[in-house]
Amino acid sequence: MGSRSRQVTDLSPIPRTDTGQDDGTAAAGDQVVGRARFRERLARSMFLVPAAAYLLLFFGYPIVKNVVMSFQQYTVTTFYTGVAAFVGLRNYAEILSSDLFSKALLTTVLFTSGSIIGQFAIGLAFALFFRRRFPLGGVLRALLLLPWLLPLVVSGTTWRWMLDPDTGVVNTVLRGLHLSSSGIPWLTDTSQALVSVILINIWVGIPFNTAILYGGLQDIPPHLYEAAKLDGAGPLASFRHVTWPLLRPVVSVVLVLGVVYTLKVLDIILVVTGGGPADATETLATRSYELSFQQFEFGRGAAVSNVLIVLSLLFALVYLRANRRARNI
Amino acid sequence: MLFPVYWMVNASLQPAGNTLQGGWFPFPPDFSGYVTALRDQGGNLVTSLVVALGSVVLSLGLAAPAAYALAQFPLRGTNLALFGILVTQMVPSIVVANALYSAYNDLGLLNSYLGLILADSTAGVPFAIIILHAFMRSIPREIIEAARVDGARRLRVFRSVVLPLSTNALITAAVFTFLFTWSDFLFALTLTTTETVRPITLGIYQYIGAHTNQWNAIMATTVMASVPAAVLLVVAQRHVATGAGSGAVK
Repeated sequence: MGSRSRQVTDLSPIPRTDTGQDDGTAAAGDQVVGRARFRERLARSMFLVPAAAYLLLFFGYPIVKNVVMSFQQYTVTTFYTGVAAFVGLRNYAEILSSDLFSKALLTTVLFTSGSIIGQFAIGLAFALFFRRRFPLGGVLRALLLLPWLLPLVVSGTTWRWMLDPDTGVVNTVLRGLHLSSSGIPWLTDTSQALVSVILINIWVGIPFNTAILYGGLQDIPPHLYEAAKLDGAGPLASFRHVTWPLLRPVVSVVLVLGVVYTLKVLDIILVVTGGGPADATETLATRSYELSFQQFEFGRGAAVSNVLIVLSLLFALVYLRANRRARNI
Repeated sequence: MLFPVYWMVNASLQPAGNTLQGGWFPFPPDFSGYVTALRDQGGNLVTSLVVALGSVVLSLGLAAPAAYALAQFPLRGTNLALFGILVTQMVPSIVVANALYSAYNDLGLLNSYLGLILADSTAGVPFAIIILHAFMRSIPREIIEAARVDGARRLRVFRSVVLPLSTNALITAAVFTFLFTWSDFLFALTLTTTETVRPITLGIYQYIGAHTNQWNAIMATTVMASVPAAVLLVVAQRHVATGAGSGAVK
């Protein structure tokens, strides 16, 4: 992409015909050409300016503001007085020293890694499964996308009801199969709740993994498999020597995107457990939300979310490297 | 994988008192949940529709010209701009909400359609630029050059050549932007404080807080909130996977 635009610039910045038409006169003299070139540039920039302005206002400003806020004592009184004293690193010192933060960090790591491993493993299995052609395979594959397209609030609400300890269908089935006599306290037990939200998030993420990995599998030339077969490779060997190496760029993209998206998941946790019981499902994202919008400690909320940004950006960098490698192959 | 979806529909068709036991099949179907849901949440559905459509218009209006410029004009810094747009997709929404809350408070944009549309488009604008850019790059330069030689001006070329050629990509971007906004929960939760402008996602959230004994109405609301996803699946099924793919991998 870069090479193409450079090529065009080298040929001629502005085609002759342009200037003639835009002015309505034949180009004559450097001054006219210069002015035409300026108008041309102006006309071009008008295509970009609105989107650039929007992105600056709704991403640039919030990021800067968030950093500034994290150094301020920005609380509910700020909204009345307009005053937010700068407190240096106090917000960071406070959040980093609180038990809740380290617990939330650990929960974030568990939630993210658990979700990613589950989503990816099952997503890959589905993708491999759908590669074989069978009747209604296409329809099934499309239907499988549905859980991913549903609003997260909808999925969360449905699961919350299904996992209800007393009346939920999951426990009803477990009791019916005599796998558990009293039912599992999915959402009310501190050790169980995190497992539950991870399972729900895995369910939400499987379709995305399947769709992208399936696309990657489609791009592997079939003759490679035929060649592997001729060499006497079984299904396992051809997966190891053909599928996996060729799929790897797509795999890294899926994994990193998954991490970046999972780090910021809020909807499911807020809807299913609200961060409870006893903060068992509190992640950095929900912690930041609670500090800012329930305790109105915007400064500290901003500090937590800045930690989240740094984590995301780290993975974003990994992603972009993986992406570049994917494009080169 | 699809059982939760079935269970949601099943539950929405159970009578109110019976739901806690939960029959396996909704026979005979009872629509009282939908009656209650429409009465309580109908307005919120309309709000979500207005906000989502507004966000589609805004996102495409901003993204289409920008994607065209990035794809077809010889500009310096194109790669850097695309890099920046990719990175914006990774900024957690809570960061945006955190900062917008105080700005909106000063500007009087809390509890307004405009405020929600603007905030919700943070998902749509970068995504639409990436999708449209990937597509518009593949429009042969000759077609555009030919139109220009015939005397059409830049804007005219964009409107009558580039946009019609990009219909499929525009539909994909529109459909996803609609779905992003329709599904938004965080901005609805943080940037609205009264009931004047209340999207359906927030409506469901408050429903489960208040009426846990009326699961059939709650589930009827979730079914209605799922309609756009279902419609999308039928109408634009083919675009969905490729759209997701190009948003992610391009």
